[in-house]
Amino acid sequence: MDMEQVKQTFIIECHELLAAMEEALLSLEDQAEPTEAIGAIFRAVHTIKGSAGLFGLDPIVRFAHTVESVMDRVRSGKVALAPNLVSLFLQCHDHLVELIGTVQGEAAPAESLAEGERLLAALVPYLETTVATLAPAVRPQLATTQAGGPDAWHISVRFAPTVLQNGMDPLSFVRYLGTLGRITHLHALLDKLPAGADFDPETCYLGLELDLITSADRATLEDVFEFVREGSRIQFIPPHAKVEEYLKFIAELPEEERHLGEILVAGGCITARDLDEALDTQQEEDPSRKLGAILVQDQAVPPPVVAAALDKQKRFQDRQANELKVVKVAAGKLDKLVDLVGELVIAGASAHALAGKAHDPRLLEATATLNKLVEDIRDNALSLRMVQIGETFSKFKRIVRDVSKELGKDIELEIQGADTELDKSIVEKISDPLMHIVRNSMDHGIESAEVRRARGKPATGSLALTAFHESGSIVIEVADDGGGLDRARILAKAIDRGLVAAGAQLTDNEISSLIFEPGFSTAAAVSNLSGRGVGMDVVRRNIDELRGTVEVESYEGSGTTIRLRLPLTLAIIDGFRMEVAGTCYVVPLDMVIECLDLGPFLESEENHLINLRGEVLPFLRVREVFAVPGPLPAKERVVVVQYGEIRAGLVVDKLLGEFQTVIKPLGQLFRNLKGVGGSTILASGEVAMILDIPQLVQLATLNRRGPAAPALSR
Amino acid sequence: MFESHRSGPVLALVGELTIYHAAEARDLLAAELAPDPPAELDLSGVEELDTAGAQVLAWAKREARAKGAALAFTRHSPAVLEVIDQLNLARTFGDTLLIAPLA
Repeated sequence: MDMEQVKQTFIIECHELLAAMEEALLSLEDQAEPTEAIGAIFRAVHTIKGSAGLFGLDPIVRFAHTVESVMDRVRSGKVALAPNLVSLFLQCHDHLVELIGTVQGEAAPAESLAEGERLLAALVPYLETTVATLAPAVRPQLATTQAGGPDAWHISVRFAPTVLQNGMDPLSFVRYLGTLGRITHLHALLDKLPAGADFDPETCYLGLELDLITSADRATLEDVFEFVREGSRIQFIPPHAKVEEYLKFIAELPEEERHLGEILVAGGCITARDLDEALDTQQEEDPSRKLGAILVQDQAVPPPVVAAALDKQKRFQDRQANELKVVKVAAGKLDKLVDLVGELVIAGASAHALAGKAHDPRLLEATATLNKLVEDIRDNALSLRMVQIGETFSKFKRIVRDVSKELGKDIELEIQGADTELDKSIVEKISDPLMHIVRNSMDHGIESAEVRRARGKPATGSLALTAFHESGSIVIEVADDGGGLDRARILAKAIDRGLVAAGAQLTDNEISSLIFEPGFSTAAAVSNLSGRGVGMDVVRRNIDELRGTVEVESYEGSGTTIRLRLPLTLAIIDGFRMEVAGTCYVVPLDMVIECLDLGPFLESEENHLINLRGEVLPFLRVREVFAVPGPLPAKERVVVVQYGEIRAGLVVDKLLGEFQTVIKPLGQLFRNLKGVGGSTILASGEVAMILDIPQLVQLATLNRRGPAAPALSR
Repeated sequence: MFESHRSGPVLALVGELTIYHAAEARDLLAAELAPDPPAELDLSGVEELDTAGAQVLAWAKREARAKGAALAFTRHSPAVLEVIDQLNLARTFGDTLLIAPLA
């Protein structure tokens, strides 16, 4: 069994369990009969404890044990579930997340350990007295030792047949040893049970092989078995014993107990290799002892299989509860697949273009079919990376709860469109900006309960997270029903900071957008959460990096909506090709509204406006934007593009039609190049620029107002 | 107190499965296993279990297997679960263990 891989599974599973636990904790407060949720929390902690024990993750086992004990008392109704206990459990959840995070390599930082101690101390009052005294009994120096292994005593006991008749129960020895330290591995041997009528129910047939981590000395351990010593065979192997000692011990065992070697391997006392080697040499000496018989005796299946099956049984119920037909795939593999599909798209397009030139109808048909399939594969590959935004949203339940407690405001979170899908890579990057926005809305947007009442609003503030698709983008809205932006104050502040010239005429939207300028904050009081002027500018920068936009819609007194608009994917697009002076340019097809011939101009060509069926449409000449030399063609074409709610026309020489394309990011050198979002390779092998429509649309609308068109070329 | 109830393929054990009733339990199980072995041993009523009781359960399981029948332990009571946990018998018994409380 590859331990590293198993550990990975463990970590993933823990994260799932912890997510379920958090969800259940958050649902506790709105339920009258939270039995099911409590059960779910208990099972999550219990399973984490159990699995952590398998890996000898002592700090986790210890922490989870205490949490589980308290949870158990809640479950049995001995402890009432007060809101502050829920908060405590949430903190415990966070600590567990942190502990799981440390499983991979580095040790937990000191403050994390201190946090754990603090939480354990806070849990103690909820425990029964006996458990409470047990909790600190775990010796701190054990925290770093590995379970089993050479640090543990190995104790081997074959109880005398008369033990039961003498009124003693071997189980009580196990229990007592448990108080002396920690039993990391125990195997009960019942092989000596006779079959049929020979079985005497009052005779003890039990044998034990166990590993115990303890600070007790040999005398103390021997004393444990004082009363059963007579007639029993008891052996102790001290910690750090050499492998030879174990092997000698195995060799001394009666023949029928040969599979003990395996038990020792399972407990971590010796490695399988040691055992194999030892048995090999024995085999040379005595061919009658068969290695296979020893290793797999009495157990037809190899132990890892049995262990896995057992584990499976134990989680049977848990699984049933949240069984989703899901296969986990490493993200890297998916990225690789999408990458390859991208190359396939290019290669397919190239083949199709060549087939077109060859004028062979059969070849054309074949490549057309191929292209269709490639298109399907592309869509499928991309959808593999699509994830629902709900998971990101549900994180905010917790944040809203915590922050509203912290701020002393009562805020309700409403989630809509949780099943809206978008690319995984975007989901990962959207989480932080969203967090800033949500916190800002709660802190600055929603007023305190008194103010709300005075304004005739319900005392409970509401915050809505909404996601939906719109023309090839995903839109995420964070809406609060708070006081709205104070535009006068924002403007005053902006002038004060020199962001805007005094006396400048700005539209409402322009003023609202000022909150995204670096170093801008109007909060009267700087709170713990926001108001330091860091945040909203970071939000915009992050969204810009994703080729998205942010807009603010605010109504004084009734709330603010912050709207993020993001592309669905970063990898492959359906493109529309156009030509300017012999060079090919590409725009994302879903942003193209229509194509027409240039004209008629509104008043004069210098206005950069055309009359589109009675509507005013600003336009840009692509050759002007990129300062492309060369004569104007006889006939110019306009491609009408839309981004958000704004439309603009791009003037080009020729329209070449649609095609699929893979976005290749621009190199570091071109990072600051405006108006170009990426590049792509055409079927012919040429490079084409993918135009950045949001930037160009913005530029076109600016042009309309400004007297001179600022060229983007450099 | 120790008693049992048989209904169809399910045999339910109720009460204390300890050294004091081990012989009784063994005789009972031997009788039940002989002509028409039960498929399921319902342990939800077991209030107490000790080593002797665990031995009887292990024996019954093995006897059933020897007869070519499978005897599954179900609805483990907390007392049974505790012993299975302490003696690490889950693998030996190989039954499905439910962590959630019984419905």
